[in-house]
Amino acid sequence: MVAQIQALRGRSGFGLWASAAAVVVVLLLAPGYFGTYQIQLLIYGLIAAIAALGFNLLLGYTGLLSFGHSAYFGVGAYTVALVVEHLGPHSMEFYLLIGLPVVALTSALFGYICVRHTQIFFGILTLAISQVIYSLALNLFWVTGGSDGMRVPRPALLFGALSFSGSGGFRQFITSYYYYVLAIFIVCVFLMWVIVHSPFGKALQGIRDNEVRARFLGLRIRRFRWIAFLVSGTFTGLAGILWVPLEGLTTPDVLYWTFSGEIVFTALLGGFRNFTGPIVGGIVFTYLKTYAVATTEYWQLLLGVVLVTLVLVLPTGIVGAISRLGQRFRERRAAP
Amino acid sequence: MAILTIQILNSLLYASVLFLIAAGLSLIFGVMRIVNLAHGSLYAVGAYVTAWLVGTGIAHGVPLGWLFLMLPCGALAVALIGIVIEPLLLRPFYTRAEEYQLLVTFGLLQILEDLMRLIWGGTPLSADTLMDALPIIKIGGLNYPTYDLLVIAVGVVAAVALWAAIYHTRFGVLLRATSQDRRMASALGLNVGLVYVVAFGIGCFMAGLGGAIVVPTQAAVLGMGVDALVIAFVVVVIGGLGSLKGALVGAIIVSFVRTAGIQFFPELELAVLYVIAAGVLLVRPTGLFGTA
Repeated sequence: MVAQIQALRGRSGFGLWASAAAVVVVLLLAPGYFGTYQIQLLIYGLIAAIAALGFNLLLGYTGLLSFGHSAYFGVGAYTVALVVEHLGPHSMEFYLLIGLPVVALTSALFGYICVRHTQIFFGILTLAISQVIYSLALNLFWVTGGSDGMRVPRPALLFGALSFSGSGGFRQFITSYYYYVLAIFIVCVFLMWVIVHSPFGKALQGIRDNEVRARFLGLRIRRFRWIAFLVSGTFTGLAGILWVPLEGLTTPDVLYWTFSGEIVFTALLGGFRNFTGPIVGGIVFTYLKTYAVATTEYWQLLLGVVLVTLVLVLPTGIVGAISRLGQRFRERRAAP
Repeated sequence: MAILTIQILNSLLYASVLFLIAAGLSLIFGVMRIVNLAHGSLYAVGAYVTAWLVGTGIAHGVPLGWLFLMLPCGALAVALIGIVIEPLLLRPFYTRAEEYQLLVTFGLLQILEDLMRLIWGGTPLSADTLMDALPIIKIGGLNYPTYDLLVIAVGVVAAVALWAAIYHTRFGVLLRATSQDRRMASALGLNVGLVYVVAFGIGCFMAGLGGAIVVPTQAAVLGMGVDALVIAFVVVVIGGLGSLKGALVGAIIVSFVRTAGIQFFPELELAVLYVIAAGVLLVRPTGLFGTA
């Protein structure tokens, strides 16, 4: 039994690294084969994946469903916009330098309040708090531009080494920014992998599965949840920071609670019981939404039907379904 | 003084609509432990159906008095939708984790929002004929439409009727028994499935009624449901999820705070509401009257 588990673990571990390396190679080569528009979509996908990855630390690993993660995404985006308007250099590194502490601080503060509850009350509390930020962004129009939002021009990358202006600037920016986001994405995935496989991550899963037992083991449950919240919000906030220069504009829409719903959707689409689920979900959701918006005016209807069907038929998401199929295939081969 | 009276009446009008939405939300949560994210959209459907019925009625020359019958018709239409949705979509989820329930109702919300756009388009649908049909009275020299008093009356009647139905009828007993212990109620031979359908239908009827009576005072617009849902959340969070009394008190608190907010601090009006809700959740997670 033990040997079996070890064999399984060894194989899946090797397979995982091999497939991760293959995916990275494909992603690295992508700009050579696809047009600017496809690459732009892929950046959106990677950013959505970072947001969902952060979100899933709470849902998949800690067992807390946040319906207010738009707040951290939006705070990241608005921080960049405010930096552009009031502070110095138009440099991506500078945005990150200011933005990351702001989103971390926001998530720490909100998380401290929210982790006092679990289950449905946690969901409603996160939603209520995200709506505070939304209504402030909407109504304090002399700071945030109200429903018009705030513009964010293309920043320079790598401490001003790469700047993009003039006619070919957009294409150049997209290609460079793609590699920029890809690098951050790989770092994020690696970091999250380390986090969920560390003793801290194991403790979170223990709390998720049996809170009472975890408490008996001497774990300080609320603190663990709080730190998980902080990390989760910061990842999603980072996604917001990366998103806004690409979009060029931030409006209160990214703070509205339905946007939080989209983040939840993303994680579920890929499968929140898997590490790779939210990553796949982020990229697939981006393409799904773009496709839906392009083909029909009623894209929300289409997404709703997909969501309901998904919850009914594929509750483990895309990755969960694929891994189950693979498992069945392996069993059948091993059986005779 | 007259202005104050009118502001109080306006608050009561808003409270009455909010109560109808929040009571339905609360009833559904109390009985089946589902937070229905599509509840606001059902309210919007009530508004749209009523406005559409009134518009069609006027086009076919239906006499004015009969048009008022369209109000309960709009609410009944929403109840019918609820009766279809519950066994079809929600029933498979009672035994599953609540994340899935939230997600399926979120999917339902997206579907309903776009269906309304598909059916009735992007232009607001108005039913102000009903409001104009009733006389305008003078309160301290200021005009006040009697229709608004009707809305307040409907809210009061609905509150009393719901209270009587839950606490003084046989069905109410069954409802409370199911809400307290579903499996025990089922073991005692109670048709839990039927209770669920009826409870969900009543909840939807309330939401639809809220939409129906509010549409003559404003108009049915896209997005009204999504906005209403968050405010209804604030109401049930303050009052206590699953409590009828809580929905009533919460609706009154929220509407008075909101009226005062619009008067004195318009920029922070919404933020203050959410802060109150978050504060209540922190101090008393079950709300003022909740027991769950």
